[in-house]
Amino acid sequence: MTATTAPAALLAPARPPLGRLVAVELRKMVDTRSGRWLLVLIAVAGVALMPVVLFTVDEPDQSVVELFVASQTGAAILLPVLGILSVTAEWSQRTALSTFALVPERNRVLTAKLAAGTVLAAVFLVLGIAVAVLTRALGGALGRSGGSWSLPASLVGTMLLFTVLMVMMGAAFGMLFMNSPVAIVLYFVLPSLWSTLGEMIQRLKGPAGWLDTNRTLDVLTQEGVSGGEWARIGASLAVWLLLPLAAGAVRLARREVK
Amino acid sequence: MISVERLTKRYGDVPAVHEVSFQCAPGTVTGFLGPNGAGKSTTMRMICGLTPPTTGSATVKGVPYRRIANPGRHVGVLLDAAAQHAGRTGRETLALTAHTIGADRDRAARMLDLVGLTPKAARRRVGGYSLGMRQRLGIAQALMGDPSVLILDEPANGLDPEGIFWMRGMLREFADRGGTVLLSSHLLLEVEAVADRFVVIANGRIAAQGTKAELLAAPDGVLVRGLDATALHAALAAAGLDPRPEGEGAFAVRATAEAVGRAAASAGVVLLELRQAGGGGLERLFLSLTAGTAPVPPPAGAPAPAAEEALR
Repeated sequence: MTATTAPAALLAPARPPLGRLVAVELRKMVDTRSGRWLLVLIAVAGVALMPVVLFTVDEPDQSVVELFVASQTGAAILLPVLGILSVTAEWSQRTALSTFALVPERNRVLTAKLAAGTVLAAVFLVLGIAVAVLTRALGGALGRSGGSWSLPASLVGTMLLFTVLMVMMGAAFGMLFMNSPVAIVLYFVLPSLWSTLGEMIQRLKGPAGWLDTNRTLDVLTQEGVSGGEWARIGASLAVWLLLPLAAGAVRLARREVK
Repeated sequence: MISVERLTKRYGDVPAVHEVSFQCAPGTVTGFLGPNGAGKSTTMRMICGLTPPTTGSATVKGVPYRRIANPGRHVGVLLDAAAQHAGRTGRETLALTAHTIGADRDRAARMLDLVGLTPKAARRRVGGYSLGMRQRLGIAQALMGDPSVLILDEPANGLDPEGIFWMRGMLREFADRGGTVLLSSHLLLEVEAVADRFVVIANGRIAAQGTKAELLAAPDGVLVRGLDATALHAALAAAGLDPRPEGEGAFAVRATAEAVGRAAASAGVVLLELRQAGGGGLERLFLSLTAGTAPVPPPAGAPAPAAEEALR
């Protein structure tokens, strides 16, 4: 044994760069049967809502904005499930054994998973814009759409933020429970339960305006978010995103990988 | 090089592994033996930084596993062949590993070929693989980073005899090129032919370790058979040795082969057989070391006929 001041480490070859880990996590989200089906389902949901808007909404309201927001519904609801599965599958399929044997710094794998979810959200956002513009053109040709063609960059930004936040909430729930069915059910049930309670119980109405993500995040899908609304978004996310994310990260770092 | 220093893992009050220490030198294959639930897998997971030890430490190539920047390029790990995503193809599983550790992309195809998985099998989902195929895939995965250390937990489990034979050759070659191999099994026969050293673990504790010769040097004595049993008995007794009848015309003697041979020679007795006692060899030793409450097979000194009866 040689005496060294710093703890011994084997530094070459270098650790996998984060960009590569993101690419790997992205690949893991799309290279399994369940992952692929979820992505197909999200794409189908986005496209399927186009005729619904086309045939139910009044002509002057059929704008690119309206169609774009509708196109993101599938991603906002189902992409978080992919976020949950990307974490929980490591345990249910027991791939955590090789994942963390190859990358012992578990928080880097977690960061890569969150980044990969963000990339997928951005991909569906771009697809959504394309679908919305095409539908608006089609609606114009059919004489059904008469709304504006403009799509404010701020709305595209807040919409992306909305989907990304939902995906991260999913991943955080996945990490906290490390069990696919439990995480998926609680991810959908807990916030809805809180929404319902907030509406039913008088005394909860005040706090619900600050802590119910179903209400606070909704403004992100509309144009123009005020300072007060940002504050409510931040407060609700501290409870529903940061808390489970922090607790989940601690659990992930400590858990024995079997 | 793998070094394990007094590794201990307790789950609550239950000790799974207790003060386990051993070393695996480069150029050797170490067989890590013990019955199911003895603590082999827990020890191996602790070596790989996946299970935090209660006390003790382990290093691979001189550093704790988690201090290796890109461990896949130094250490090939197969801890559980069943732990693969069922919905992913074999080829994709290897491609992911290659991608993660920055290995050459065509290496995946070469490793599949090496472990005997056909391109057709590699295109199938792992969920449809037999255990033997998963083991082959796991070994290919462990070899992806061209490692110098291999840590394999029960790799022979589920392999067919041809596969076990192939794996032995592969591990021998790997060690002969200077690699370090730690290989666990609950079946002695799987590792006996390839391991240079053995670490036997039972109930979470090291029961014995050493080379085959060292383990067998236990004072079992020798078995000697002569042309004239009476004369042989007399010669041995005269030399102050204590011959006990062991089968037809044979005696078990707690002495070295040399002492027995000299005693026979000085009396002019013709020997037909002179060898180490304990016909079960390593197997019997393994059983006796690892047997807990289960009945221990008779040691060398026990009445031989009973043992022979039991074998029939």
